[in-house]
Amino acid sequence: MLRSILGKTFRLLGYTLQYGCIAHCAFEYVGGVVVCSGPSMEPTIQNSDIVFAENLSRHFYAIQRGDIIIAKSPSDPKSNICKRVIGLEGDKVFTHSPSDYLKSHSYVPRGHVWLEGDNLQNSTDSRYYGPIPYGLIRGRICLKIWPLNDFGLLRDSPNGHRFSDE
Amino acid sequence: MMPAQGFGRRYMKAFLKGFFVAVPVTVTFLDQVACVARVEGASMQPSLNPGGSHSSDVVLLNHWKVRNYEVQRGDIVSLVSPKNPEQKIIKRVIALEGDIIKTMGHKNRYVKVPRGHMWVEGDHHGHSFDSNAFGPVSLGLLHAHATHILWPPKRWQRLESILPPERAPVQIEEK
Repeated sequence: MLRSILGKTFRLLGYTLQYGCIAHCAFEYVGGVVVCSGPSMEPTIQNSDIVFAENLSRHFYAIQRGDIIIAKSPSDPKSNICKRVIGLEGDKVFTHSPSDYLKSHSYVPRGHVWLEGDNLQNSTDSRYYGPIPYGLIRGRICLKIWPLNDFGLLRDSPNGHRFSDE
Repeated sequence: MMPAQGFGRRYMKAFLKGFFVAVPVTVTFLDQVACVARVEGASMQPSLNPGGSHSSDVVLLNHWKVRNYEVQRGDIVSLVSPKNPEQKIIKRVIALEGDIIKTMGHKNRYVKVPRGHMWVEGDHHGHSFDSNAFGPVSLGLLHAHATHILWPPKRWQRLESILPPERAPVQIEEK
């Protein structure tokens, strides 16, 4: 009696371990579903939208300007941020706020990216904490799943003026 | 008498079943628990690679210890290089968030480590590309804690978390 219970328990543990590992590999190397919160990416992504993020681009270093990415927060590694890539290493980026009169710019250092939320008025991003290392990027958002009336690929940046031509 | 095709089929099924168990479990173990790595370069001499390129040390990297980004001053850690995301570097943690540190060769003489960051240095000052060159690094880049040297056998040892006294922070933030 006891032996059969122990046997069943071990089998259950074995299956849990196996499927847990498969799930980890899927999230880490393929992609997963993410719930976004916060207003910083409006109107492209609203609060409580559900999106699908793929992790292949990060591993193959194929993240491009204009991609929306999920990254670990530079000041709190346990939380994630969701922003758009405005500049890659070597790109010229504008560091001034929309309200500034004088335009200022700088160049993104090697191994870093410059991020900005689509909702420029209400976003804490690289304009506040500077460029972040590429190594903090976790995945690229490729598809919005919920709400259904907005299902599909994500729109381009509404702030085209923030992208430098150089 | 088992027909040849039936035997091959059963073998294939057993192989695939084993494959789908072994590969995810191994990959998850190497990503989340521990793995080994060969150390290259002279930036951590004499603690690591004292023999130079003749005999590179192989260290045990413990991911599980840093899964909550908890490190102590003096730990030897591996992290993703902030200047090249394809490369991992291995350095010693000198200061944690809130500490004020006197730098060696950095553009600012004194630096306060921001929240969520740490200051890392190689033991071989002057031959090390570390925080003195690229500033404090985000804890999110932390990869693993190097706990033991595994190879060559005569260098088997536990890596101690010793903070060199001359590199101690000027001011430590009390938690």
